[in-house]
Amino acid sequence: MMLALLIVILMAGGLTALLAGKWNKSFPRWIALISSTAGFLILLLFWIDQHQVVQVSSDQNWLVQYQKDWILSFGITFHLAIDGLSLLLLVLTFFMGILAVLCSWEEIRERTGFYYFNLLWILAGVAGVFMAMDLFLFYFFWEVMLIPMYFLIGIWGSENRVYAAYKFFIFTQASGLLMFLAILGLYFIHGNNTGVYTFSYVELTGTVIPSQVAIWLMMGFMVAFAVKLPVVPFHTWLPDAHGEAPTAGSLILAGLLLKTGAYGMLRFVIPLFPEAARQVAVPAMVLGVAGIVYGALLAYSQTDLKRLVAFTSVSHMGFVLMGIFAFNELALQGVVMQIVTHAISTGALFILAGMIKERLHTRDMNLMGGLWTQMPRLGTIGMVFAMASLGLPGLGSFIAEFLILLGAFHAHFWITVVAASGLIFSAVYSLRIVQKIFLGPEKGAGHIPDFSRREMVIMAALTVSIVWLGLYPQPVINTAKPAVVRLVQLLQPDSDIKSEQSYVR
Amino acid sequence: MDNPLWLIPALPLAGFLILAFGGSHLSKKMIAAAGAGSVCLSALITIMIGTKLLSAGPDGGTYSQTLWTWIDVAGFNAKITLTLDALSLVFVFVITFIGALIHIYSAGFMEGDKDYSRFFACMNLFVFSMLVLVLADNLLLMYLGWEGVGLCSYLLIGFWYENPANGYAARKAFTITRIGDTAMAIGLFMVFYQSGTLVVADITAKAPELWQQNETVVTVIALLLLAGGVGKSAQLPLQTWLPDAMAGPSPVSALIHAATMVTAGVYLIARMHVIFELSVVAQSVVAIIGAATLLIAGFTALTQYDIKRVLAYSTMSQIGYMFLALGVGAWTAAVFHFMVHAFFKALLFLAAGAIIESLHHEHNMFRMGGLKDKMPVVFWTFLIGAASLAAVPLISSGFYSKDQILWYAWGAGGGSPLLWAVALLGALITAAYTTRMMILTFWGESKTHIGHHPGKRMTIPLIVLAFFSLVAGFIELPHNFGHFTLFSDLMHKVLPETILRTNVSSEWMFQLLAALATFGGIFLGYFYYGQQPQRIENLRQNEMLAGLRRFWFSGWGFDQLYDVILVKPFVFITRINKADVVDKLYTGIVSVTHALYRLLSRTQSGSLRWYIMGMVIGAIVILGIQMML
Amino acid sequence: MKSSVSIEMVMLLAGLLFALGIAGVIIRKNIIFMLLSVEIMLNASGLAFIAAGSHWGQPDGQVMFIFILAMAAAEVSIGLALILQIYHQHQSLDIDKLKEMNG
Repeated sequence: MMLALLIVILMAGGLTALLAGKWNKSFPRWIALISSTAGFLILLLFWIDQHQVVQVSSDQNWLVQYQKDWILSFGITFHLAIDGLSLLLLVLTFFMGILAVLCSWEEIRERTGFYYFNLLWILAGVAGVFMAMDLFLFYFFWEVMLIPMYFLIGIWGSENRVYAAYKFFIFTQASGLLMFLAILGLYFIHGNNTGVYTFSYVELTGTVIPSQVAIWLMMGFMVAFAVKLPVVPFHTWLPDAHGEAPTAGSLILAGLLLKTGAYGMLRFVIPLFPEAARQVAVPAMVLGVAGIVYGALLAYSQTDLKRLVAFTSVSHMGFVLMGIFAFNELALQGVVMQIVTHAISTGALFILAGMIKERLHTRDMNLMGGLWTQMPRLGTIGMVFAMASLGLPGLGSFIAEFLILLGAFHAHFWITVVAASGLIFSAVYSLRIVQKIFLGPEKGAGHIPDFSRREMVIMAALTVSIVWLGLYPQPVINTAKPAVVRLVQLLQPDSDIKSEQSYVR
Repeated sequence: MDNPLWLIPALPLAGFLILAFGGSHLSKKMIAAAGAGSVCLSALITIMIGTKLLSAGPDGGTYSQTLWTWIDVAGFNAKITLTLDALSLVFVFVITFIGALIHIYSAGFMEGDKDYSRFFACMNLFVFSMLVLVLADNLLLMYLGWEGVGLCSYLLIGFWYENPANGYAARKAFTITRIGDTAMAIGLFMVFYQSGTLVVADITAKAPELWQQNETVVTVIALLLLAGGVGKSAQLPLQTWLPDAMAGPSPVSALIHAATMVTAGVYLIARMHVIFELSVVAQSVVAIIGAATLLIAGFTALTQYDIKRVLAYSTMSQIGYMFLALGVGAWTAAVFHFMVHAFFKALLFLAAGAIIESLHHEHNMFRMGGLKDKMPVVFWTFLIGAASLAAVPLISSGFYSKDQILWYAWGAGGGSPLLWAVALLGALITAAYTTRMMILTFWGESKTHIGHHPGKRMTIPLIVLAFFSLVAGFIELPHNFGHFTLFSDLMHKVLPETILRTNVSSEWMFQLLAALATFGGIFLGYFYYGQQPQRIENLRQNEMLAGLRRFWFSGWGFDQLYDVILVKPFVFITRINKADVVDKLYTGIVSVTHALYRLLSRTQSGSLRWYIMGMVIGAIVILGIQMML
Repeated sequence: MKSSVSIEMVMLLAGLLFALGIAGVIIRKNIIFMLLSVEIMLNASGLAFIAAGSHWGQPDGQVMFIFILAMAAAEVSIGLALILQIYHQHQSLDIDKLKEMNG
């Protein structure tokens, strides 16, 4: 019941905001803040409650489920369920949601009702994606988060917004259709095999698929998730969308929408097609590494701050892809950490870019410089998150990248060595950000105000989270553990199940 | 928490937090109290715990304290555990004690700076990170400290951020050390997959069973760890960042780029000595890197104008001695030289800072001169430091530590006559450039007006450091006079004894030669710069020597080399690909679609005759095909 | 009555007329002449039907010709009405001038 409630809160909140926007311009933001905070609190209480009883077992142990019939004739049910992985991502969704509302507080002044409607519906879509246990329902939510995002970029974006919105829409829509085809393929194969036509995830996981077909079906899923993640040849929508979207749009895009790609691979690609996934593991890892290096190289040359941060996302998501296809517990835990910490650190960088843009009215880094003098707080926070982005130990991103590399090292030595060079490149571009924006001689004259109280709250929340994750990541690791262990067991043929100490030769 | 060990790093951290969050609301006195006070307290606690450890320590000679579990995933377990043994005690002592003195000095030195609290916040954070580095019981926690000191080094080199050149120097330092760090991280992965742990004590215990002598794996691991050490300690080939790092304030150079951080590589190798002992190749590489660096840096120091750059190259060269000692298996000698070097080099940097500040930020030695009588405290302390650096026999501590290394370069298990000869030549050069620096700075006529004299907060640390530069050597005397081995006895709880391949009895001959090298160097410096300065002019006229001098001056062309083979191509590639070549694929699809649409829309002309023509042609084609068939 | 003209010749004539009609539609600029040319084409096909009908001794050819005749009458009346309207509005019957598409 709680799961359906989460979605209902967001959707109803969105509709109310839309209506309230007709009366008063500032009602919608309060409604949005209240509904996202309410969801966050519900989840947090649940998490604290569940934290005692986390257990490792190999069967499908969902923490909580909700199931209702929907379209019975096609075997479609309204089935929501979460395990530790989904729980983490849901908490993240609502956390990012609150921040997104807060950082649009002053920025959005036109058509606020429709804006917050879109924002909340994206969140609802993302939350649905993280909970859906029915492939048809999953696809439904997948589309729900896409369309409001299109409006968000297309209406409230900056100069080149229409182009960016189209690009985003076409990339995700086209790849989503391939996934839908794959879902249908799976549906009919399962129906032919067993006589039961169903979209249920739990039923479909056991489907016996001829390996030739399995590869193609998996590719359908993979393309959709690879575009979202994004994996390197499919990444070009990202800088445009990020660059043009409003601050909250970039935040949600980087913090949540990219993560649905990673989640999809963990939840669907591997469990539905473990054999096929194993076959493409090495090429996928190579693509991941290509993303790490290529994204970093591109990030270095950008002059538009938001585009730069967008390319760093490409680089960081390369770690995620590599970690997923390393197929061991260390790397997968690293992936979970990377999902969470990247949302926080990159989200923070986008918010910073937004704040700087509000003050200087530009995203061009060549026009910035020496901002530390007038805005020491902004400078300090910027430094913290630049360090997070280069993976400084003590901040969450380090744990993530370290675990991924450590795990990937086990899977493939040379790929990992190349990936580790990403650490050097990330240092190069992160320090360039700091140098160009905060250090050097002051460029513009005139008084620029430092953080307001609202901005301090946003940044404090993000900073505390990233430090907490860097020094005490165990709660996250423990919560994700059952789900991760199950994935690893799926992938390991029975003969060589690795025990915990098996690394020792 | 009955064990106060955690307080040693926690106090500087607390200082950092206070200054970072409340720095803007505190008065300068309060800032100095928080910044310097926290480190002084930590130094006191260190001395307390240290004496307890030495007098009535536990059986293993190790204090250990686990604070919390950091990461625990699938058999990978890293705890936040602090460990204090003899080796880390020496490092902790140097960090907190010298750190405290430098903080007191900074309270005076940085008085006029507008970012007083930021300076102390960064310095405290540095001391904290460095303490974590040396107290860490596992390599991952050590890596945290390792990167943390890198960050602080970056922040402090670029402390005066308005000047882009400082920012560049800071970025250069961070990036180059990061290259080493990445190699080290790969080394950590290998250690973990080989041994299943990153806890230093466990690795030490398991290593002999795990690896054969000279196995490839262990050599690779050792070389990767060495790469980390080389980056941090500014050894060949990752040494180019250190001279530029002198852009930071002088106390920073003293603390980070002379006494503590740059010796982290020495600590790492000493800490992981079991792995290096298993690989002859890796050990030889360490020795060769050390020997090459000490020579190259020494020659470069001979040609510099900037007093701080002279000191920077001499730091590089002295760390080269430490690496040489580690490489030949003289572990204790390396750590001993580290400690002595920390004292006199911190002293030299602080004194140089005092001079530079008094002379209105004049760095060029050729525009100094005649300071002997005008700044007597600085002169005498600097003289003591310089004597130690040049290793003046018997009276300076530097003699005892460096002489030991020279002797082991010949006599220890991994030593060889060639290494010894290089080290001896290095000693000669060291004495020469030290004398040159002394003469240019303190003798001759005064060339720049003195602004203001250093206050008490600056001179007292100088005097204390000078005292230690004189006496620190006496805790370890050679076999032939005194044979007093307090330091090595302490170290041998952790580090293995040095194996000698020759007889002890010939040691006096090497001491004599070392002393001769020192005096020879001093004489050379005095001859060319004090007595007959016109000879230098004559030498400069020579085409070849001038070219050689330019080559040395530029640091043997490493900067230019890296610029050409690494930086330029990188910048070029990123610049031409700024618009992302992959995006062209998609814009290409768009263009093709666009062209097709143009083509087809051309046929929709509205002119009837074209339509009819089309129909006729179509009919003819169809008829034609039918007939053909 | 026995036909003295061979079917091939009639068909050839019909083909020639049809080709003439097409050529007229393509070449002429004036809409009235184009309409005339269309009429010629219609009649050419009508001729072909008649000839074929008499050749096979079937009434279908003549039925088809009556259809064509009726259709041609309707076409001419609507066509001429349209042409009048066009002339009223544009003061021209040149199709190249009347063209509004850009293609």
